[in-house]
Amino acid sequence: MVPQAWYLIVSALLFGLGIVGFVTRRNSLVMFMSVELMLNAANLVFVAGARDHFPARGTACALFVIAVAAAEVAVGLAMVLALFRLKKSVQADDVRELRA
Amino acid sequence: MLSERTAFLVFSAIALIGAANVVTRKNPVHAALWLVGSFLGVAGLFLTLGAGLLGAIQVMVYAGAIMVLFLFVILLLNLDVTEGDGLSFARGASFLAAIATLALVALPFAQSRELRAAATPDHAAPDASAGNVADLLFTRYALPFEVVSLLLLIAMVGAIHLARRPRRDESV
Amino acid sequence: MTMLATLLTATPLVATSLAATPLGGALLAATPPSDATAPLWLTLIKVFTVFGITMTLVPMLVLAERRVSAWMQYRVGPNRVGPGGSLQPLADLVKMLFKEELRPDGVPPFIFTAAPAIAAICALSMMAVVPFGGTLEVGGRSIPMVVADTDIGVLVVLALSSIGVYGITLGGWASNSKYSLLGGLRSSAQMISYELSLGISLLGVLVVSGNFESGSFRLSDVIEYQATTGIWNALRLPLGFVLFTIAAFAETNRLPFDLPEAEPELVGGYHTEYSSMRFGLFFLGEYAAMVAGSSVIVCLFLGGWHCPWLTTEVTVGWTGALLQMSVFLAKVLAFLFFFIHVRWTLPRLRYDQLMTLGWKWMLPLSLLNLLWAGAHAALGWF
Repeated sequence: MVPQAWYLIVSALLFGLGIVGFVTRRNSLVMFMSVELMLNAANLVFVAGARDHFPARGTACALFVIAVAAAEVAVGLAMVLALFRLKKSVQADDVRELRA
Repeated sequence: MLSERTAFLVFSAIALIGAANVVTRKNPVHAALWLVGSFLGVAGLFLTLGAGLLGAIQVMVYAGAIMVLFLFVILLLNLDVTEGDGLSFARGASFLAAIATLALVALPFAQSRELRAAATPDHAAPDASAGNVADLLFTRYALPFEVVSLLLLIAMVGAIHLARRPRRDESV
Repeated sequence: MTMLATLLTATPLVATSLAATPLGGALLAATPPSDATAPLWLTLIKVFTVFGITMTLVPMLVLAERRVSAWMQYRVGPNRVGPGGSLQPLADLVKMLFKEELRPDGVPPFIFTAAPAIAAICALSMMAVVPFGGTLEVGGRSIPMVVADTDIGVLVVLALSSIGVYGITLGGWASNSKYSLLGGLRSSAQMISYELSLGISLLGVLVVSGNFESGSFRLSDVIEYQATTGIWNALRLPLGFVLFTIAAFAETNRLPFDLPEAEPELVGGYHTEYSSMRFGLFFLGEYAAMVAGSSVIVCLFLGGWHCPWLTTEVTVGWTGALLQMSVFLAKVLAFLFFFIHVRWTLPRLRYDQLMTLGWKWMLPLSLLNLLWAGAHAALGWF
């Protein structure tokens, strides 16, 4: 059996890469993808943590996360489309109007 | 067949290499494809954890639906353009944040003796088969289940409203 | 050039056997109650049997399509190569191998080549979870007649069919041509829309066959239930059967849903820029998807290997196994004939009609079907 700590390390790395992507990339689509990476890392922790004592609960929680991620993507992509219609760009830096 | 450890190493390598490429590729289509690879790697990790159901759902929902939607939007907007470099401050900060997260999460666990030792699995616990998960969803997690369904409904309404082309006489 | 082409032909063969074996192996290892102890050689025999039969069916199907369409349109069809035109697929293959391998300018080489391979491999790997018989009892060993006897069988089918979209979408994108791009876009929208009805009408089958009580998604359990009760699911869920079949037509990009390659408007759709064996792989993928789709429909709704008064026992010896396999094959062939028949009968849908059908009709109806299935299971009808 692979120790759970290994899964946690992989998950931490995935989450870290997600943060790096979210902060460095300016393309809103890629930023969304980075959020998905972070959600995936969370799922991995749920399942790995639940492996030994209540495996079914880990899967159930991960299912909730996937459902929320699907909802987030639906709204997020609709926003990106609306943004593109308005600005002809999906760069996050091009949307600064609210800034004084 | 594959030993569990080999499978773990292979799948986590796929997941991590995929993730690293998502962050570094300039072309959004390539980033999306690497993300699909990363998701497949994570699905493999779920398999090694004995959660085959979740692995299949991960492939179906993430790789099969969500990423196809991403790809659809990228192709629709025809976004082949490369983007400018990110801000150097943000870049530095992000690496710091990433390393901090890593340290925060990994260090205490790597130090704890209980987790490093091979844990003793509780064989009496219900395994992650579809029947057991469904039981949980409709009993213990009934409330979150309802909340999530409501959230999906709201998201659907919101997405349709946002993506609707505004009528001529309407201001944006 | 020809060497490269030969190499490309060999790719799906090698890749699929490779893909099916470790995929099945990993799944088996991950799901303990299955035959994780089955020796490798047994798995390999099964892989090559299934793969061989599928790969034989594909050229037969191509020929059948041309002959049947000719018959329906009062023509003769290809009848020069071999007796009755039976060697025509071979001639087509040779032609494809020797054609020039074209690659347009400014095309990402890896994705352009990978796209047709993805389409073909996904379609072929689907056959790994399709049971072609019950359990073979021979020499004190009971062998389930399916390559990967895994808990999540049906989900694997859905997962692979949703991964298969990438082949077409990426092929369209990587070709660097507006017609291809439009074809790819249409295909991804179509697949997402019809996957919903496909999945939901499939849930109905699982509810009715009591799969949720046992907690398994095995196709063989669905067939066993139909065999032991003697009633096929198509009778229990007529609506679900129709919906699933329509959705399967959409997933395989067959007429009336072949908008991704609509010749009159899009030249050739996603494969406009493909030639030679790369095109051949797309072609192979489409027909393999048809074979896999019909097999899954036969398993879910038409009783799989079950035939009243002939093959009713789950556990059988050699003769019984051969009988079961022939029954299964006969049903699949009959359904493939239906596939071809529909293609040459119906006109193509318009894009907005496609979306209206998918979202406003199929989706609510598949929910209705699920409700019907629930009532069926709860009230304990036949």
